[in-house]
Amino acid sequence: MIAGTTWLIPELLPKLTHIPDGFLGLMVVGMAWVISIVALAYAVTRTNRQLGEKQVPLMGVMAAFIFAAQMLNFPVAGGTSGHLIGGTLASILLGPWAGMLVMTSVVAIQALIFQDGGLISLGANILNMAVIACLVGYFLYVWMQRVLGDKASVSLVSAFVASWCSVFLAAIATAVQLAISGTSPLQIALPAMGGVHALIGIGEGLITAAALAFITATRRDLVETEPTAD
Amino acid sequence: MKNKRWWTVGLIIALAVTIISPLASPWPDGLERVAEDQGFIDRALDPFYEIIPDYVLPGMPHEALATILAGMAGVLIVFGLALGVGYVLRGKQADGGPHEEYS
Repeated sequence: MIAGTTWLIPELLPKLTHIPDGFLGLMVVGMAWVISIVALAYAVTRTNRQLGEKQVPLMGVMAAFIFAAQMLNFPVAGGTSGHLIGGTLASILLGPWAGMLVMTSVVAIQALIFQDGGLISLGANILNMAVIACLVGYFLYVWMQRVLGDKASVSLVSAFVASWCSVFLAAIATAVQLAISGTSPLQIALPAMGGVHALIGIGEGLITAAALAFITATRRDLVETEPTAD
Repeated sequence: MKNKRWWTVGLIIALAVTIISPLASPWPDGLERVAEDQGFIDRALDPFYEIIPDYVLPGMPHEALATILAGMAGVLIVFGLALGVGYVLRGKQADGGPHEEYS
């Protein structure tokens, strides 16, 4: 660690941000892999049908930005930090299916090359951060726009709320997986994971809304492409 | 902004973000915090192998620089991977009409 911040670190353990191997039971991870693979197979067929030429570079840029942003842990209360997931942002811009593939690219590289998240538990990390985060974020965003209208201000509020919920539900899913695995009982894991990520979700919401505002200002057409999910 | 210039700028922004990554909060992440508090952090198994563990490029004396370079490597790798996935899957539906957006 850089000089001057070392005292903040209780012990120099490897930084753990995604689920490592050992936290989840094999049955839970196996189920997560099955669900993730089915979801990704569907995402591939949908993307194959819908992805426009113009969106190809956007997939690369989204993955690049999300990877970089995930390195920037921001402090939340009580000596705890959090970082962006990015699933909602990617899904708003690319639709949930291409967004899911972008998130999977990021999470897979983090596990394969950066040892962030276990190789066995990668299925669960994909399920939580790619499948669940993208679907929750996207459909909530679209639903809110449908109900509230699609003014620019509404769009930013919808993005904030949708991305907060995507983080919260991904955390709840993780808590449930930890509980089924017998790692931490549900009545403890649920409030603990939910509580911390309710705070982290605020950061997710702010970053998502800011990034969306920037993209809307510079490339309105990318936001208006309205990638359909139906 | 034209499409090509826009995504070049986007990639540069992502690379630039990694420059401030050494300033990221060193406090434990949400899941790590819960695992420590609830006493199951020790269940974490060591990785099967290590390439760039902890987002620090191994074998570099200057840790902040090693973090930035690890970040930049990661940014370029995921950019290439997602771009490749998109390129392979790009639509038979060519989002309507000529791509005047390309410069």
